[in-house]
Amino acid sequence: MATVLAIEGTRPRPRRGAGRFTAFLRAFIRDRQALAGLVIVAIVGGAAAAAPLISPWDPLTSVEVDRLSPPGTPGHLLGTDEQARDILSRLIWGGRISLLVGIVPTVAAGLVALLLGLVAGYREGLLDHLIMRVLDVFFAFPLVLLAIAIVGVIGPGVGNQMFALAVVLVPYSTRVVRTATLSVKNLEFIEAVRALGAGSGRVLWRHLVPNVLPPLLVYTSTLVGLMIVASSGLSFLGLGVQPPTPDWGVMVGSGRLVIYRAAHVATIPGVIIVVVALGFNFIGDGLREALDPRARQ
Amino acid sequence: MTSYVAQRLFGLVPVLFGISVVIFLGMKLIPGDVARALLGPMGTAESLAQLRGALGLDQPLHVQYVKWLWRALHGDLGLSPIVHQPVVELLLPKFGNTLILAGASFVLAASAGIAAGVLAAARERTAIDRVTMGASLVVGNMPPFWLGLVLIVVFAIDLRWLPSLGMYSTRGAGGVADLLTHLVLPAVTTTAAPGAIIARMTRASVLEILGHEYIMVARAKGLAERVVISAHALRVAWPPIVTIAGLQLGYLLGGAVFTEEVFGWPGLGRQLVSSVIARDVQVVQGAALFIALSFVVVNLVVDLLNLYLDPRARPA
Repeated sequence: MATVLAIEGTRPRPRRGAGRFTAFLRAFIRDRQALAGLVIVAIVGGAAAAAPLISPWDPLTSVEVDRLSPPGTPGHLLGTDEQARDILSRLIWGGRISLLVGIVPTVAAGLVALLLGLVAGYREGLLDHLIMRVLDVFFAFPLVLLAIAIVGVIGPGVGNQMFALAVVLVPYSTRVVRTATLSVKNLEFIEAVRALGAGSGRVLWRHLVPNVLPPLLVYTSTLVGLMIVASSGLSFLGLGVQPPTPDWGVMVGSGRLVIYRAAHVATIPGVIIVVVALGFNFIGDGLREALDPRARQ
Repeated sequence: MTSYVAQRLFGLVPVLFGISVVIFLGMKLIPGDVARALLGPMGTAESLAQLRGALGLDQPLHVQYVKWLWRALHGDLGLSPIVHQPVVELLLPKFGNTLILAGASFVLAASAGIAAGVLAAARERTAIDRVTMGASLVVGNMPPFWLGLVLIVVFAIDLRWLPSLGMYSTRGAGGVADLLTHLVLPAVTTTAAPGAIIARMTRASVLEILGHEYIMVARAKGLAERVVISAHALRVAWPPIVTIAGLQLGYLLGGAVFTEEVFGWPGLGRQLVSSVIARDVQVVQGAALFIALSFVVVNLVVDLLNLYLDPRARPA
């Protein structure tokens, strides 16, 4: 029977699969902050997914009103930008790429980290030492700057931006997985499974993975908010998503050029970034508390 | 103690070696070669081969690495083919400017963050606690480039209180006062995220200590809450706060890149971005080295500071 480790260092408690999930779900939904986070992300994500249906205007073509129209202009709730494009429509469409660029690197890094961390923690010895020393080198660079430098090497663009962000996250997530692996693998139930004749593959896949996933999931969910801010930053600097593609970071970047004439062009997309980052943080905190049996009681 | 410091310094050698290898290999991964970039499209095959020979690009990789490392250790990071200036000469003044910005932001972030954290902990579960922590959550999630723009709109454009661009006025006499007025908005912008993290960490750390029995004793003795917190709780709460604050300093040294870009602050981060866009690989490499080294030094200092603050962490 697989068990679930709630947070690093606590002893896993055996529970039946379905009961465990309902308990988790109940704890998560009861948490008002987590629910708020979920609502925020659902609204913004839903709007982005339904962009072709709900976007009032085309995000790339100029509309027939003045450029830099202020918010509240009839037909243009949030006004227009420096090329007379509807800001609300660009925000809705921008959610597609901005959310993608924030989420994909985090998930990709999580998967790579799961593999590296499990191997490092389970095998220990030379391989562990080698993996951790290589990752140590990456800890010597500030996260965002390392991503900028990587983009510098491989060139700007959306794909490269996501790759760079994923690379800089791997060391952090790997450390989380490795710590969790180390704390679980010496527990008695692993010894019992081994005594029953389970091989390394089975121990890793059936018993260690389910136990290191919750801490990784919690960590990853708090990273998404950070990554949305970081990736919009790269696009703002001109190193990620390129104009005229609607993206929140790109919108702040191009709005910056007209900030003396129309502040709303740059400030409105930033508000969305803050709100969505907060939403993901709320979800992350909620996950942590819902997965922690001590906090649930 | 001395042996621990020596051990810690010795442990840096593989990390520094790794950093140099990563930076060197990173350069080699770049498509296209330096010789072609220097000569431009007009370069003939012979002149290209000649220049590659002169630059040592025709030698095996490990030979190139050793030569590069040797020169770097002697303060020679090469010449920027874009701005035609030695990389070290170009980067040193920028690094100084970043230090000014990061230093000011660090002082602000640490003092505001610790004050807010202690206040929230001392008034746990009151409106003050909720407002302080709520604000730190919102501020901590603000993209620095956006916060900088908002501050420019409010304080430079609308109120006209503070300048929005550069380190000194173009027509002013310069001097410290001029620098300080130019420093306010960038420093506040850079402070926001690390300050919020320090505040939350301080609150958690102080709250944990306040639950201990010796605090109950101190309160039972009739000590004022102010004394209990400042003289008893904070003393013990320092190490984790120093660690997290130190990490933020490392972040500030490099992470000020957005602030520098928004406020036209001539620092290392802004140079890195413009060199990345211009594909000036020599400078990108030099800047990465500067940033990594300062990060390593900051982490070392934080470790040693913790040993000083927390006798329990010292090896027997």
